[in-house]
Amino acid sequence: MGLSNPPPVRWLTGSAAPAATLREPQIAGQHGNGNGRSPAHGFVATPRRVAPASFAIDRMQVEDLSVSYGSKLAVDSVSFPIRQGEVLALIGPSGCGKTTLLRSLNRLTELTRTASLTGRITLDGIDIAAMEPTSLRRRVTMVFQQPNPFPMSVFDNVAYVLREQARRRPKRAALRAAVHEALARAGLLDEVSDNLDHPALRLSGGQQQRLCIARALAADPEVLLLDEPCSALDPQSTKVIEDLIVKLREEVAVVIVTHNLQQAYRIADHVAFMYLGELVEYGGVKGIFGAAREARTREYVSGAFG
Amino acid sequence: MSAVGAPASPGAVRRSESSSSWRLSDRIGLGFAWLLGLLFCAVAVSIVIYLLIQGVRYVRPSLLVTSPSAGYTQSETGGFLDPMIGTLIVALLAMAIAMPVGIATAVWLSEFARPAGLARVAESTVEMLAGTPSIVLALFGTIIFESPALGFLSQTSGGIVFGRSFFAAGAMLSLVALPLVVSTVREGLQAIPTHVREASYAVGKSKIATTRRVLLPAARPSVITGAMLGVGRVIGDTAIIVVLLGATLNLEGVGGVPLLGTLRGTGSTLTSYIYDNAPTGDYNQPNKAYAAAFVLLVIVLALNAGVDVFARRAKELRWG
Repeated sequence: MGLSNPPPVRWLTGSAAPAATLREPQIAGQHGNGNGRSPAHGFVATPRRVAPASFAIDRMQVEDLSVSYGSKLAVDSVSFPIRQGEVLALIGPSGCGKTTLLRSLNRLTELTRTASLTGRITLDGIDIAAMEPTSLRRRVTMVFQQPNPFPMSVFDNVAYVLREQARRRPKRAALRAAVHEALARAGLLDEVSDNLDHPALRLSGGQQQRLCIARALAADPEVLLLDEPCSALDPQSTKVIEDLIVKLREEVAVVIVTHNLQQAYRIADHVAFMYLGELVEYGGVKGIFGAAREARTREYVSGAFG
Repeated sequence: MSAVGAPASPGAVRRSESSSSWRLSDRIGLGFAWLLGLLFCAVAVSIVIYLLIQGVRYVRPSLLVTSPSAGYTQSETGGFLDPMIGTLIVALLAMAIAMPVGIATAVWLSEFARPAGLARVAESTVEMLAGTPSIVLALFGTIIFESPALGFLSQTSGGIVFGRSFFAAGAMLSLVALPLVVSTVREGLQAIPTHVREASYAVGKSKIATTRRVLLPAARPSVITGAMLGVGRVIGDTAIIVVLLGATLNLEGVGGVPLLGTLRGTGSTLTSYIYDNAPTGDYNQPNKAYAAAFVLLVIVLALNAGVDVFARRAKELRWG
């Protein structure tokens, strides 16, 4: 499938030297060595189904981000990069600010009236606060916990994203190719190609969620945000979606919030562990699950709390 | 209640909780609830059965296709074609006003509602309208439609505006339907989970595009339900018709233009026909009244059945 959206060259070169704000431990070497060392600290690891990322390009930078609802601080000066070519998993117990952090990446936090935000988030070097929210959200799209296809046909769910705001045009025929492509990228085309006109809400839960991913991909985003996309799904559907996420990481930068540590271990390349609004540790997946620097991370991944 | 305390036979599965462990006062309360519920059902069923029997006795197909006319016997006074057409006209006129205004109000209250003070005022206005007796609206309507500026909506003779017409009645009846449309559509919109709206914003859609292309289609069953409830209320209203539609049993057009003339003119509906033909009314032809009441009841029951169907359909396609 390849890169549908090749990033500018300057970011390719920029990725060689990560931003100074990173608190990333030097574990990059662990990525590909595949020495089979089982992680310590009691985390029972399933084999990673995923080959290590072959490349990583910085697309977004979160710099010193704090988000509060009224006087309650939900995210406390967090900094990390988001890279194309990699899956970044945000883990942590409930209420630790993962979802708030994710929602601030495409400014959905603005929909909450009490939310206020400090710090800076950039997309390809441009501050997202300076962008039009609708155009930012076409470049940084999001999939939610509950599968939520719109109450229209499978085709129209995807076509809705491709059409300009509230317009009905362009008509169906003009959009067919783009709709098919988005459905194919989400691995759903083969299952629904015969009934594109059926109501999307009649699909199974796993298919609905993949339709939501197709919808999010139809906008041809640079970054795909996933908020616990598998928590309402059965194991088979979860596996299909996990495989899909891993496949997508080369085309878009993927950020996934998950409660499921095993899932983070299976599919993520980098993991950010959050606790009480703070980013406790950001690092490669083997580092976080095998040799975390912070005691709290070690305790969390070994199941001591959360 | 006779089975209370009876020992369960071995092996039998108790399907529901036994009330034998309840306090006496709770058991009496439950008994009362049953009694009153059955009583209400009995009242409703007896009204329907009584009207069905009377209706079947008096309804003749000819009544539905002949206009009322003056006469000395019931066989000479014709049927109620004109009142049926009148009912149709006021329902269409009232809903033509109530639907757009009601949907717009519901969307604004549910999705925008800023500034908050204005939203509160709008909300209590709608609630107040729902609680206003229709005779009060009718009285208010006479003041509005007798004003010279609105003379073109009814007939005028010698500078005096008559103020009674299908336009006047339809406009005031729309206020009867409006609260029902607003509350039903609003409930439909509020039943849509927040994450569905956010899913639309999260692919770069504006609020207005989301409302137009996602929320309103999702609330369509509620819109239809609201329309049916509104129509049911409009065609059942009597006070506004009696006061604002004029007292003619037949459609009396004004001016030469066919449709416009009718709308500016006077007439009757099934309710005013029943009112006039009831034993206490001006014409006292109970047989005709029962026949018309039967027709009205059948229409209203059909609308209620339609509401049920759409309410069920709305539940069918839902987000988990």
